[in-house]
Amino acid sequence: MMAAAFLLMWILSPREFFRIDNFQSMAFQLPEFGLLSTAMMITMLTGGINLSIIASANLSGIVTAIVLTRFVSPEAMTAGSNVTILLAICAGLVTSLVIGLVNGLLIAVVEVSPILATLGMLTLVNGLTIVITKGYVIAGFPDFIRFIGNGLVAGIPMPIIIFAVAAAALSLVLNRTTLGFNIYMIGSNATASRFSGVNNKAVLIWTYLISGLYSGLASLIMISRFNSVATGYGSSYLLITILASVLGGTSTVGGFGRVSGLLLALAILQIVSSGLNLLRVSAFLTIAIWGLILILVMVVNSLGKTR
Amino acid sequence: MRIRAILQRYETNLLIAIIVLGVIITAINPSFLTLENFFDLAKSYSFLGIFAIGVLIVLISGGIDISFSAIATVGEYAMTVIMIRHGGSIATSFLISCGIGIALGTINALLIYRFNIPTIITTIATLNIFYGVLTVLSGGKWIYNLPSWFQQFAIIRVFTLTSGEGIPYGLSIITVFWVFLILVAWIILRYTTLGRALYAMGGSMSAARRAGLNIFRLQLFVYGFMGFMSGVAGVIQALLVQTVAPNSIVGKELNVIAAVVLGGASLSGGTGTIFGTVLGVTLIAIMGNGLTLMRVSSFWYDVCIGLVILISVGVSAYRRKRMQRRSILARE
Repeated sequence: MMAAAFLLMWILSPREFFRIDNFQSMAFQLPEFGLLSTAMMITMLTGGINLSIIASANLSGIVTAIVLTRFVSPEAMTAGSNVTILLAICAGLVTSLVIGLVNGLLIAVVEVSPILATLGMLTLVNGLTIVITKGYVIAGFPDFIRFIGNGLVAGIPMPIIIFAVAAAALSLVLNRTTLGFNIYMIGSNATASRFSGVNNKAVLIWTYLISGLYSGLASLIMISRFNSVATGYGSSYLLITILASVLGGTSTVGGFGRVSGLLLALAILQIVSSGLNLLRVSAFLTIAIWGLILILVMVVNSLGKTR
Repeated sequence: MRIRAILQRYETNLLIAIIVLGVIITAINPSFLTLENFFDLAKSYSFLGIFAIGVLIVLISGGIDISFSAIATVGEYAMTVIMIRHGGSIATSFLISCGIGIALGTINALLIYRFNIPTIITTIATLNIFYGVLTVLSGGKWIYNLPSWFQQFAIIRVFTLTSGEGIPYGLSIITVFWVFLILVAWIILRYTTLGRALYAMGGSMSAARRAGLNIFRLQLFVYGFMGFMSGVAGVIQALLVQTVAPNSIVGKELNVIAAVVLGGASLSGGTGTIFGTVLGVTLIAIMGNGLTLMRVSSFWYDVCIGLVILISVGVSAYRRKRMQRRSILARE
């Protein structure tokens, strides 16, 4: 399945594609989308879905931005401002964790179906961002924040380091901990997992908490790269994160999917889009091609199953 | 006993919510409760309402469709381009747009049936394909210069009344389309074998297959119908706005699904009624309108809709859970 997608990308990639600066620019673009996709993927593992990831990333970005712009001006850096910056980042992450917690409670305790709970949450959180910002863009952050999304550490872009650590941590949780095992279990068969003594509710709440946390991390990179934040940033990513997860082998009914598969899918999507970008193909055609790839993968999958 | 059964229906609760909301809005701003306002709402929300009918049928059949916004855009854009280049009439506009809608819907159905791809994945993919290709082919250009007969058609009223200030108002022809389609869908769902088969398929796909239903034909109908509705909605959008833009509809798909779900349709299939869907659209319409009339900043609109969705799905999930528990207890 992966081989087919790889082949496609090979055909599409021109010579000039294999250059270091091209790869570096890809390394800046990939992480925010990657973090959002991991936030999506972990909920899909339990057979759920989280439509509110982008909205919650936006809200936590806005909260961070408000704390920052209220208390720190980009010009006057004092010793105390480092603490404020840290506080701002924490405030943003706590926001997305709270959203994740509410999602988890709705899904695990009230037993609302994940699509509906997170769809409602998407609308609500989007509304909140509009109410808070009144539709304006908040811009201008201190250097440290800008470093998160644009800095280089030993020639490696900072965002890719954050993403690598986050992906490794998620992979560790999924493969080496009881929580991870239980997440897969719920996805395969929730009833069986309940009767084998797993606290399904707690596991689901943890899942949506982690999903919230990762969208919060994505928001950090997002506000840093754009040096601004507003309602609706990145909302077109939503469906693409599902696409990436499925392309990476995550089952839509839950129970299957690995972080490594997702990384591979992300790399393919990024390479295809950068390659097409170099060919000066419209971004919209790229979106269409992603859709086509998704269908092809699913068709190949289904043909493989019936044989 | 019968009254209790009626009270326990989801639609009844929804209706009560609508009435309560209506009373509150009227108390604050009496201009809510005027025929003029109602005709206005019924016109501007017929676009959402027509999508909602198609989405309802997809949800009943146990699937979900995200691509309808893109299908409507393709139909709308193609119809407009042909109309401007070659002329035509309102009938040909609908014919072109709906034809394209049905064709694209059929592609969805084929992918879903033939390759057994989950409906949400299929339609996410086709949404991106349809929308991407359209935007590339059209260059993202907006079209403003619609023919005058097309503009004239949009302001036709079936009957006209005059308000106290001498402003004419009345039942728009656009609303008539919506009401007609509601009736068609209602008859299909309630009085035909096809309708029964759709509920059966949504209830249990494998049971429906074993009962001898032709699943392929049903899927073709469901997604073809959704495509047809999208085609109609595309023309309606053009009539309402009189501007055709490739990006004006895409992105609203979740709002429509929210309205249908608010109307009591379940995402797991097999349940949902036309009456409920109309109520769901009504609730959303009244809320948007009410906020404006109560002079609440429009910034709060999404917050309110989000809260209403969360509360309604929360309450109905909670009730389902309690009922299940009760039936288990009764069995013991």
